[in-house]
Amino acid sequence: MQWPLQIIYFSLFTSLYTSLAQQLPRESMEWRRSYGRAPKMIHLEANFVQFKEELLPKDGNRALLTFPFLHIYWTDCCDTEMYKASVKDDMLRWQSTLRLHGSVDWLIVVVESEAKKKNKTNILPRTSIVDKIRNDFCNKQSDRCVVLSDPLKESSRSQDSWSAFLTKLRTLLLMSFTKNLGRFEDDMRTLREKRTEPGWSFCDYFMVQEELAFVFEMLQQFEDALVQYDELDALFTQYVLNFGAGDGANWLGSFCAPVKRWSGLLLRRPIDMEKRELIQRGEASLLDLRSYLFSRQCTLLIFLQRPWEVTQRALELLHNCVQELRLLEVYVVQGALDCWVFLSCLEVLHRIEGCCDRAQLEANCSHTVGLWTYATEKLKSLGYLCGLVAEKVPTSEDLNRTVDLLAGLGEERPETVNSLQSPYKKLNEALSSVEAFEKHYLELSHAAMEMYRAIGRMRSARLIGKSLAEFYMKKGDPERAEGFLDDSLRSYVAEGWRLQVTHTRKQMAECQKLLQQTEDYLQTSALLAGDANLTEEERKHFCQEILTFASQPPAPSGEHTHTTVALSMAAFAQLRQMQFSPPGAVVHVGAALQLELRVRCLMPVAMQVEQLAATLHFSLEQGGARGRAGSAQRRAGHGPQGQGDGVVMFPQGSPLAGAGMGASLPPALELYEMQDRSPSDSSLTSTGVVCKNMHLLLRRHDSSASLDTPTAGALPAAVAVDDGAQMLRARDITLQPGDNSILFTAPTGEPGSYTLRQLCGSVGRVQFVQSHIYPVVQYEVYSQEPQLTIEPLSDNLLAGIPQKVTFTIATGHYSVKKGDALQLSNTDSMPILHSSCCSATVLSKRMGESALSIQSSEKVTSISLPPTPPYHTLEFQLEVLCHIPPTPFKPDIERLTNGEVRHRPKSHSHVDSGMINIDQKVSIDCPWSIYSTLIALTFYVPFKAKHSILSAGKRKYIQVCLQNVSDTNFHLADPVLTERQPTVSMELLSLNVKTQQTLYSLKAEISPPSGDQHCRTGALCGLEVSITRQAEPSETEGEEEESTEIEGLRTTKLMYEVVDNSSNWAVCGKSSGVVSMPVAASATHRVQMEVMPLFAGHLPFPNIKVFKYLPHNAVPAIQPDTDSCLENDTISLLDKGLDDQGDTASIRSRGSVHSVGSGEQQRGLPMPRLEPFSPGQVFYWSQGRQVLVLPVTDDHVMEVNVT
Amino acid sequence: MLTRLKTQVPLFSMNSYTKLREKLKLSGLSFASTHSHVIRLGRHSRHNSKMAVCIAVIAKENYPLFIRSVPIQNELKFHYTVHTSLDVVEEKISAVGKAMADQRELYLGLLYPTEDYKVYGYVTNSKVKFVIVVDSSNTSLRDNEIRSMFRKLHNSFTDVMCNPFYNPGDTIQSKAFDSIVSAMMVQAS
Repeated sequence: MQWPLQIIYFSLFTSLYTSLAQQLPRESMEWRRSYGRAPKMIHLEANFVQFKEELLPKDGNRALLTFPFLHIYWTDCCDTEMYKASVKDDMLRWQSTLRLHGSVDWLIVVVESEAKKKNKTNILPRTSIVDKIRNDFCNKQSDRCVVLSDPLKESSRSQDSWSAFLTKLRTLLLMSFTKNLGRFEDDMRTLREKRTEPGWSFCDYFMVQEELAFVFEMLQQFEDALVQYDELDALFTQYVLNFGAGDGANWLGSFCAPVKRWSGLLLRRPIDMEKRELIQRGEASLLDLRSYLFSRQCTLLIFLQRPWEVTQRALELLHNCVQELRLLEVYVVQGALDCWVFLSCLEVLHRIEGCCDRAQLEANCSHTVGLWTYATEKLKSLGYLCGLVAEKVPTSEDLNRTVDLLAGLGEERPETVNSLQSPYKKLNEALSSVEAFEKHYLELSHAAMEMYRAIGRMRSARLIGKSLAEFYMKKGDPERAEGFLDDSLRSYVAEGWRLQVTHTRKQMAECQKLLQQTEDYLQTSALLAGDANLTEEERKHFCQEILTFASQPPAPSGEHTHTTVALSMAAFAQLRQMQFSPPGAVVHVGAALQLELRVRCLMPVAMQVEQLAATLHFSLEQGGARGRAGSAQRRAGHGPQGQGDGVVMFPQGSPLAGAGMGASLPPALELYEMQDRSPSDSSLTSTGVVCKNMHLLLRRHDSSASLDTPTAGALPAAVAVDDGAQMLRARDITLQPGDNSILFTAPTGEPGSYTLRQLCGSVGRVQFVQSHIYPVVQYEVYSQEPQLTIEPLSDNLLAGIPQKVTFTIATGHYSVKKGDALQLSNTDSMPILHSSCCSATVLSKRMGESALSIQSSEKVTSISLPPTPPYHTLEFQLEVLCHIPPTPFKPDIERLTNGEVRHRPKSHSHVDSGMINIDQKVSIDCPWSIYSTLIALTFYVPFKAKHSILSAGKRKYIQVCLQNVSDTNFHLADPVLTERQPTVSMELLSLNVKTQQTLYSLKAEISPPSGDQHCRTGALCGLEVSITRQAEPSETEGEEEESTEIEGLRTTKLMYEVVDNSSNWAVCGKSSGVVSMPVAASATHRVQMEVMPLFAGHLPFPNIKVFKYLPHNAVPAIQPDTDSCLENDTISLLDKGLDDQGDTASIRSRGSVHSVGSGEQQRGLPMPRLEPFSPGQVFYWSQGRQVLVLPVTDDHVMEVNVT
Repeated sequence: MLTRLKTQVPLFSMNSYTKLREKLKLSGLSFASTHSHVIRLGRHSRHNSKMAVCIAVIAKENYPLFIRSVPIQNELKFHYTVHTSLDVVEEKISAVGKAMADQRELYLGLLYPTEDYKVYGYVTNSKVKFVIVVDSSNTSLRDNEIRSMFRKLHNSFTDVMCNPFYNPGDTIQSKAFDSIVSAMMVQAS
């Protein structure tokens, strides 16, 4: 350290001096500080100075560096006499001198030695001298006097005393230092507070505070030292700012003097004494002061091992100085500051390089790169200033300027004279010649760029690259500029910064023009011509460049062998929308299909386009010959024009899209509904949502992703125009700036699917090509086979009556010529009835009617058709008749007109009406096909006929039922039954006139018990049933009924039965019985029975049933199986009739019926049978009659047993 | 009855609006007091020039959503400056560890100084960047003032985002936002 603390000693033993100076700083002391600052451990170092009165500070002088912090009086006096004689006086004098100078920090050291003690025998005990001294001088501070025993000896005693002394010395020294430092700081603050007073000088104050910094530095308290400089820095900065704001301070005047020297920072010396002196003298310029301040800060920061802070502060300082000089309006020679900054940057970098190793430097590029860039910038501006960036040599004016600038650098400093790479030499060399400048400039630029790249600051690197490109352009070296420009341009386009894109593109255009890259230049020009950020004139200029080229005749020979130049359409025009007319974009072969294209022309002037063509990709996808319906359906599900209006909108993105926004914004999801229908019956098989632009969304986004907008370089190879394909063409159109509408007629020559692939506009030799049209635009052309359909006019065709059917011919691609005829194979079951006045209708845009001539021969009916163009519909009506099949219809046999009999698995039955249908197939030979067309017509049989033969003994009844099952009303007239094979003995009589006769009537009466007016519950009542024969039995009847002759009277046996289903009555006694009825009209039989009502109220009469009672011997006569003709359903009909009477079940269940010959017991034996009467044969008078039953008067429980 | 219904079913209640804003903004504007050795002079400096010379909002994908600079000066230069500053923004964002991303302060501080300008950065949680360029000669603006400018900008930006008619990713054309920006760019004195 240069300035250890000053300790002034009085008569020190020189033998002790060295060890004292060495050992004092060995141990650290805790330094407690004022103002709440954290205590620190410090090592104190001292400089021992022989006492001289003039060394003592004058009053008020508090210069810390020369300040005596501690006074030590050394004595080895051990003799009281001697002490009293001389030492005491000496001490007193010393003390009074100290007091005079206000110094209170002193110490008296008494050195004892055994040797001396032994020599002097009359000495007082050792303590007495010390005590005396303490008594004389240290009235309260006994610690101001220490004893040091035999410091030069190696004994432990002397060691202990020595270290105790050192501790004491340190403590006292630190105490004094702290006290004096505090006082110094207070004084300094006072001085600072006076800064607004006139006459205050910053330089003076600077020196004071710097002294503090020095002291801290000496104590190795670099942080504190740095704070002092930072405070000075801030104070000065604030003054400059205030000065700039008009609040001038006098002392600042010296800093406002014109800058005469710009030699840059000097960081190689710990203290730049030259500059310090300048400051001390108040002659420093602003740059001097700043340089000095920074050099000190730099030194301290490097002590603190914070080199990266140096670089950061250096950059701030340089920026700040430039600003301050501007603010203070200091005159600086043009370029001088650039020199200063350049030199300073390099100086800082050198300084840092000097204290860090390579790895450290590389790892901390981010800290140094700023300085590199700044130096590069400054060198560049110097180069431009001195005419070094040009193709020519510098002018004399440039040279003069260079000389002036170099003069301001002064002589090279001695520190760097021997260094080959010193900033001074570099600048000198760089300004010496164009070549040297280029060398240095490129070196710096590349270094800075490399560093930026290394730390990933690609944008900054590109900015330097761009500035290099500008340099190359100035130098007339566009080849080297191109790469840098291209790189920058790509990044600006990718990130969507429009102004940069425009600016760089303009530079690019210039570069490409120089390089004669015609194609690229035109492409760039096109982009610029459509660039809204340029002025109208500029745009027109670039547009004119294209037009000029376009109108030039192609160069006869040379490097450009191709005569046309293909440019990207994107720069020229934007597609807005396409609209098909008809909107479905599905047409048949040869039909007219128009496509309206709307483009936004980006050029500033109207462009004459000789041809605008869109190439078509043709594919036979899905077989163009498919029917229209299927095709249209598919389109509705999948097609891009699925909206149904045939309009395709081209996404424009954001308004920035022109500048290539697409690259930075992910494209939006384009979702479409997808329906997959089964090809056979168009039922929905699956449905879903499809993302149409998945390939864009899932694309890897890497740096090398090709941009949609061509930037500057060569266009993608796909721009090549393909000629072979079919095209949509529009010729000689004028595209106005803005939206234009162009009409195309689409070729529809062949069936298939046409997809628009490429759009190409030709302007002279220039072609603007859009290689892909997205979203996909396509249309379909189909070819349809002729089709013949036959449909009934009404809902259903009924068999047996003539009805009209409509023949519809969709001609498809076939054109019906004159003489073409439909040949219908005739069939017996379905003759074609034709009248002469048949006419056919040709359906097209206009309706046409023409006559139809029909010739019928035995086998075929020929219908000659009127001539009809393709894709028209021909319609006519014919009357047909289908005979009802004569035999009972066997539904599982189907007849074909050609006589074939085909078996079908199942007959159809009309679901609603139960009508039976006949599929009548018609075989038609059409003129367009060599094969016959089979068309099935379904006829429904409107009737259901049923007949049954009922046998009754010798007689047979034939029942014929005819049921109309159709919706149509029919009138049945004159039904006749005829015989097929005439037989002799058959006679048919109609039964339709005669109805069934009533044979018996039944009458029931319930009479109350005798003496009572009404029936009462629980009381037996009489039931009288009278059975009356109504009519003479007829012959047929007689045969049916088994009659017996008893006593000359013919009787039939009847069985009666009383049944009460509702349990209202209890039949007492016999409930059934057999009666013999005389076979005579009005014969009556009465039966008396007793019944008991179980409930009160109006009770219905019990049921009375009558059966034919057939004795067992009569069985063979009525065996039903004798007649096989009796059909099953007839029996079922009988069964049904029995059921309706509803009593068979009750008879069986009750078990009481068979009172006469119970069937169970006599099973197997011939037994009588019961047979019910046919409906209507028995009339029951009392059906529905009721009788009033009164409740019994006295209520008591009654038990009733019912058997 | 009608009024009751109205009050019960607000279309977009103020409460939810505020919540949304809070959600968008999340947290992160605490001010660490910076210890500085700068000695302030007694009198306040009268030097007060323009506040900001250029204000830019940059999308997550690094294209400008909004950029405005003082009209008289070279617009292109500001665009270059702002664009280049993205390097530092990215560096600062990535410097903070992913785990710390939640606690990260939105204010990025001085991105880089140039001779003429100081460029300050701020990044929202959705990685939208705000850049304010201040003239280097303008020393009256202190860190806290820059911070408050960013905060104001962020608030206004949040309002823009809350606008249902604003399509995120589009350039900002909000008049309210524009006026906030204008207020930061006009002369303060």
